[in-house]
Amino acid sequence: MSSLDAVPEEVHEFSAEVGTSDPITVVGGRTQWNVGGVPDGSAREVAAPSGIWSHEPEEMTVRCGAGTPLSELSEQLARHGQMVPFDMPPNATVGGVLSVGRSGIRRLRYGHIRDLVLQIRHIDSDGKIVTSGGPTVKNVSGYDLCRLLVGSLGKLGCLAEVTLRCLPVPETTRWLTGPTDPFEVYARLYRPSSILWDGEQVWVCLEGVLSDVEAEASLLDLTEAEGPPSIPSAGRISVEPKELKNLSTDNANWIAEIGVGIIHSDKPSKAQQISRTNGSLMREIERRLDPNGRLNPGRQVVLP
Amino acid sequence: MSNSQVRCSLGSSKDNHSRSGLDDAKGFATPPSYDTFVIVQMSPDANLLDDLRSVIGDRARDGDFELGLYGKDGSVLQGQASIVCLPVDTSEVRQIVEICRHHDRPFLARGSGTGLAGGAVPVGDPVIIATAKMNQIIEVDLENRIAWVEPGVLNLDLTKELTPRGFHFAPDPSSQQVCSIGGNVANNSGGPHCLAYGVTSAHVAAIEVVLPDGSVTVLGDLSAEPAGYDLRGLFVGSEGTMGIATKVAVRLTPNPPAIRTLLLDFPDVRDGAATVSAIIAAGLIPAALEMMDKRAIEIVEAFVHAGYPTEADAVLLVELDGLPGGVEHGVEVVRSVAQRHQVGNIRVAADNEERELLWKGRKNAFGAVARIKPDYYLHDTVVPRGKLVEVLDKVYKIADAYDLIAVNVFHAGDGNLHPILAYDSDEKGVLERVHAAGRAIITASIEAGGVLSGEHGIGLEKRDYMGMLFSAHDMATQDMVREAFDPQGFANPLKVLPSGSRCSDSFGQHVPDGAWV
Repeated sequence: MSSLDAVPEEVHEFSAEVGTSDPITVVGGRTQWNVGGVPDGSAREVAAPSGIWSHEPEEMTVRCGAGTPLSELSEQLARHGQMVPFDMPPNATVGGVLSVGRSGIRRLRYGHIRDLVLQIRHIDSDGKIVTSGGPTVKNVSGYDLCRLLVGSLGKLGCLAEVTLRCLPVPETTRWLTGPTDPFEVYARLYRPSSILWDGEQVWVCLEGVLSDVEAEASLLDLTEAEGPPSIPSAGRISVEPKELKNLSTDNANWIAEIGVGIIHSDKPSKAQQISRTNGSLMREIERRLDPNGRLNPGRQVVLP
Repeated sequence: MSNSQVRCSLGSSKDNHSRSGLDDAKGFATPPSYDTFVIVQMSPDANLLDDLRSVIGDRARDGDFELGLYGKDGSVLQGQASIVCLPVDTSEVRQIVEICRHHDRPFLARGSGTGLAGGAVPVGDPVIIATAKMNQIIEVDLENRIAWVEPGVLNLDLTKELTPRGFHFAPDPSSQQVCSIGGNVANNSGGPHCLAYGVTSAHVAAIEVVLPDGSVTVLGDLSAEPAGYDLRGLFVGSEGTMGIATKVAVRLTPNPPAIRTLLLDFPDVRDGAATVSAIIAAGLIPAALEMMDKRAIEIVEAFVHAGYPTEADAVLLVELDGLPGGVEHGVEVVRSVAQRHQVGNIRVAADNEERELLWKGRKNAFGAVARIKPDYYLHDTVVPRGKLVEVLDKVYKIADAYDLIAVNVFHAGDGNLHPILAYDSDEKGVLERVHAAGRAIITASIEAGGVLSGEHGIGLEKRDYMGMLFSAHDMATQDMVREAFDPQGFANPLKVLPSGSRCSDSFGQHVPDGAWV
């Protein structure tokens, strides 16, 4: 059976629903709806198919509709001691999280969410189904359109079906907190799951077998915490990890992801610049994949 | 300049004709054979060489005996190189590309030439831009855990430089002593330790690229979430068809505090394969999980004398790394799973020396094949782990049917098969059998729910098989994205996507005379 034969009926139905001509936007859980701007009022709202279509625990892969809420995904995976570390609200959808392309607060350990994607089926601007990537945990067959689609805000296609790599749920997860130097924590620990910092207080997530978590915790003078702090969501700034050392503590409330380079802030942030050459490459890709601009009009990945 | 070429016009309209052309084509289940190429011979262009020499002097070469080397890579495919350039920096690469454009000549970036899919085999007489002299580690930025390197830096040289500082570069192809970082980027290379750490794409933050129009840009950056579409992720694995990487920012991975390496032997290869699935199903992802079959064990042992058990039907080489508690837990999981699957001996490397010896066996397996036959063809497909036994069985049957010897050494943990077909090229007609057997192996892998390539890429070798995995429309979409970078197909023409799918095919759809693809 090649992947050509395996397109589920739901994806065909979604392709028909997306159709071929009018402006369209795919709605997920609306948890990050404003990223890149809201779509024009003219855009017809559609929802991607939902449901776990196959989960093969021994392969550690899961295939689901892009409209599947994270809660449903985690529930299925947890039955087999597995997870996909998205760390987003439970009502967010798999397709929504990938379209926005923002990783959760354990990226330090688990990497960018785009590296968890194995295969994507999307509906293109002509209403046709396109498959990229492959169902296996390792694959370099053809151009890597999956990585291009993650973070594309639905401007290059409507995500319909996604195959993801799963990870084992760690035996122990422990959050610690205290007033300490976050960069020293980062230097001292071996691959912690998360180090968060608000300028004074540090939160560290340690995961693994109990003895390792305890040994790593003993290296730090921190106390146990219930979990991560509440993360401000109005602004999100992306910097080089080392730039966090020179953060000016202005009047905003912020939480920085040490070792990653994300600053979550309660003040809105400005969009990052894109070089002229890269901007024109990106617009060229948009023009080729969506010549009439019907996908998510109004939303912008590349500012004009 | 040959006038037999037909080009797409620049800045093609929305009605991109290569797309519609492919949409009309049928996805083929049985790929066409390579001899369907049309021969277009280029006429020599003396001014081109003069122009190149005005920029890089005698580092632009032609007609030398050594050019023969540039007609090949690690595959059995053979092309022909007429001009090779050895630039030393980005500015020279940019000027070479501009000169090629001026002379309407395609170009091909080449690293160490260890690729196994013909990605670096010249087709359509491109100017070869070899990165061997761009081999500096520019900066190790420990605060960002990044190293900026030139593309010709060798994979293992980088890791050797980083190791004393507590870090390494995670992708570790078996060719890591000689393969280059630029080549790793082009092919999105893997290696045994990619099971736990991921392939090259996950370890590259940014790439400085000379685009096919001669402009220079940086794709990605060192920040957490570079703005815009992930052009970096698209470029990694594009096999030199979107431009030439001239600097690469790679991510540094901390060295694990504890490592344990185990060698498990099995009286039946099926038990070994079942153990692989069961280890993963138990929620353990080892750093590496490699398998070797009986023939591989025999030839490797005769070659490296690592104490591999030659009486066994299969061995698993399992490596666990990380914090000590997790590593010991992993060792116990592997032991108990293996014992449920009729394991023979479990040998745990006592020290680093023994560990290196065990790995030496694995990493030298391909060279050791020379003990049984002078030539080999190394395949690369991925199947679901649960189908390993079934597909391995088929591989042996296919080899028998074509009267070839199959040796299996592979990344079992991620289902990445590497069947080696050993043969003697002096034997008349043997290559036809080798290629037919290869096609049968690829078909068996796809039928089992697998993919065409796990880490070697598509190149020339597998481009005509792409239709087994992708519809014509899927491929047309991939081609449209590639064309955003290179509408006329100047960069490494005729690779990755099947013949007939792109306008750039007009660059000379030919395999040079005497080619044996």
